[in-house]
Amino acid sequence: MPSFVINEKCDGCKGGEKTACMYICPNDLMVLDPTVMKAYNQEPDQCWECFSCVKICPTQAIEVRGYADFVPLGSSIMPMLGTEDVMWTCKFRNGVIKRFKFPIRTTPEGQANAYESLKGKDIESQLLSTEEAEGRQFPKPKELVK
Amino acid sequence: MALPNKPKGELKAVKDPEVVEKEVDILIVGGGMAACGAAFEVKKWLQPDQTVLLVDKAALERSGAVAQGLSAINTYIGENSPDDYVRMVRNDLMGLVREDLIFDLGCHVDDSVWLFEEWGLPIWKKDEAGKTLDGIKGKKMGTLKAGGKPVRTGKWQIMINGESYKRIVAEAAKKAIGDTNIVERVFIVEMFLDKNKPNQIAGAAGFSVRENKVYIIKCKTAMIACGGAVNIYQPRSVGEGKGRAWYPVWNSGSTYYLGAKVGAELSMMENRFTPARFKDGYGPVGAWFLLFKAKTLNGLGENFAASEAAKKELQKYAPYGTAAVTPTCLRNHLMLFEMKEGRGPIMMDTVTALAELGKTMDKKELKHLESEAWEDFLDMTCGQANLWCATNTEPEKKNSEVMPTEPYLLGSHSGCCGFWVSGPDFDWIPDAYKIKAANGKVYNRMTTVDGLFTAGDGVGCSGHKFSSGSHAEGRMAAKQLVRYAKDNASFKPELALSKDQIVDLVYKPVRTYLQFAAYTTADDINPNYMKPNGMMYRMMKATHEYGAGTSTYYQTSSKNLEIVMEMLALMREDCEKLAAGDLHELMRCWEIIHRIWTVESHLRHIQFRKETRYPGFYYQADHPGQDDKNWFCFVNSKYDPKAAKWDVFKKDYIKLIP
Repeated sequence: MPSFVINEKCDGCKGGEKTACMYICPNDLMVLDPTVMKAYNQEPDQCWECFSCVKICPTQAIEVRGYADFVPLGSSIMPMLGTEDVMWTCKFRNGVIKRFKFPIRTTPEGQANAYESLKGKDIESQLLSTEEAEGRQFPKPKELVK
Repeated sequence: MALPNKPKGELKAVKDPEVVEKEVDILIVGGGMAACGAAFEVKKWLQPDQTVLLVDKAALERSGAVAQGLSAINTYIGENSPDDYVRMVRNDLMGLVREDLIFDLGCHVDDSVWLFEEWGLPIWKKDEAGKTLDGIKGKKMGTLKAGGKPVRTGKWQIMINGESYKRIVAEAAKKAIGDTNIVERVFIVEMFLDKNKPNQIAGAAGFSVRENKVYIIKCKTAMIACGGAVNIYQPRSVGEGKGRAWYPVWNSGSTYYLGAKVGAELSMMENRFTPARFKDGYGPVGAWFLLFKAKTLNGLGENFAASEAAKKELQKYAPYGTAAVTPTCLRNHLMLFEMKEGRGPIMMDTVTALAELGKTMDKKELKHLESEAWEDFLDMTCGQANLWCATNTEPEKKNSEVMPTEPYLLGSHSGCCGFWVSGPDFDWIPDAYKIKAANGKVYNRMTTVDGLFTAGDGVGCSGHKFSSGSHAEGRMAAKQLVRYAKDNASFKPELALSKDQIVDLVYKPVRTYLQFAAYTTADDINPNYMKPNGMMYRMMKATHEYGAGTSTYYQTSSKNLEIVMEMLALMREDCEKLAAGDLHELMRCWEIIHRIWTVESHLRHIQFRKETRYPGFYYQADHPGQDDKNWFCFVNSKYDPKAAKWDVFKKDYIKLIP
């Protein structure tokens, strides 16, 4: 399902420090055409339909159209990514619409505890830093082949 | 005429790129779950004077296999034992696994899952009445670590609200390692051995896909964790749908290439994974089988997997086939048998399953159930949800077809190809499973090249780590990277190639393009070079037809293997003439090189193993069935970088856990 960019909505992230879709695409597909300051998918047949560009676009300029190989026309699925959940609108070819809301994280963005001050002690042991800090012991198999 | 789907190239490549030279103690190549695990752990052990750098081909926030999200964590030991985890993996992979590696991973994996939950990943819980709560409502039941009960789908999996799984894990990784120690959008394409110290890793080279810059990075020790290999076979969809690979389409086998090329021993590369998934959209089936208790039916409407004929067929592969849980390859085997006998298509009976569940539910619960079914797709395979919408498929009203995919190579899912690595240095583990570095010490997860480590899809002979296990394994490796760098503090890496030689190697496709492009009026077709797109189709056609692709129902033979190996050798030669007009195309050039080497290793192993160990994944027609007498062993291979020759050989399997 290759992503496409709606001409009217894309402003090339002019105001931002980076072109959001270009920054995020895991397969380096989204690029900015600097002459018109608009982004496009440069290799639609390598698109994994991961929706990363759709979710990150600040102007909701990116959508996806089902792969020509096997997806009939007329449907769409569209996410709205918030800070706590994602809202999906799924439109069927026959007009049925379904909406879903799923949580995405339970902590504020940027608050993940990276244990930056934790320092491991015994480099020769097999314990990971957090395991060592809790005084865990490395288990042995309950039974071994004799 | 179809419009050409080729890169248009906004970022033109130049003949003489800028060179960025760096020297660090520890280099982490990759940005997925394993690399994020390493990034989280590494500084906890880093000595005051040590340095570390992580290099990712994409952006850490959404790179690797979990970029899109996941709807489950497939390995959480919880109330089970690591011993039973070993038994499960061993049975699924037809008996041949490294039990030391699996047990070891099983002891650490939960610690990573607990961190994910602490960082903010919503994990479903059971309430007091045994009902399902999503990751937000479930918070009141306490964390997993504090005894909260997860929603199990099968013995080892737990359900999550995983849309932002990778973003959360990457956030912690970035904070832990520090932004200044990460380089994004740089594709590492070659690793290098040290000029003076034999069999010692000394550095890597790559390029930026954003600027004309070649990176040369020297290091004392490195970890390669760049995922598995995708699109090494012609996929079932050959147009735009090529992108809808089951595993991430950007996984180009770089892990295997980078290590193999410097002489790291590969193991079990004959293993592959051809998952049965919802047809075309490749949406997950796990929740349908395990959570919604759906059955698959053949074209006659029969539950073929429960038939007497199926039981009889599975008995041929005892004890694996007769175990409580049928190995993944044998489930495929049964499905393929129906299809070949003309009893296709295979349908997932979603209608009956949801109706059965609905019998005991009120309206609100039913609505929740429907939402769960859709979330399973929307969290990790959005396109499958759209395929349902486009075909007016409401699962409670219409069944969906299931089909085995094209082959994938990986070491973290239900597959076990990768490198032969050292296990931990415990007395209950035999010496044959430990690799001693030049200083006589054993470093867990080190390959047969001194100082070169791997994790996730890179570690062979294990499997069933999935996202959580890959993260834990990255952490395990990170501690050893620090230890290796500490023990070899006086080692000064030196590369055999000069700066100019490395630039010439990395930018060769650019230089070829610039030299010859003007010769023809349209630069895609030129007798002096080949664009990566053309080479990709050439590789896919060869493996598809001769190498047990979908065209032959995954069957090959000795003669077919001979032919395809010859074709791949010619492809490798022709890769010398790859051409790239822009930086995106340069990335594609190197990816195809990595893919060709990787699939060649896969087929070399299949050629060597004279039996069919994984029916349902592939069939060697000259050697059908399993031959435990001669082949109950690992198959390893090693490339000699000096002699440019391959050696393939058997390695003993040692059973450790009864």
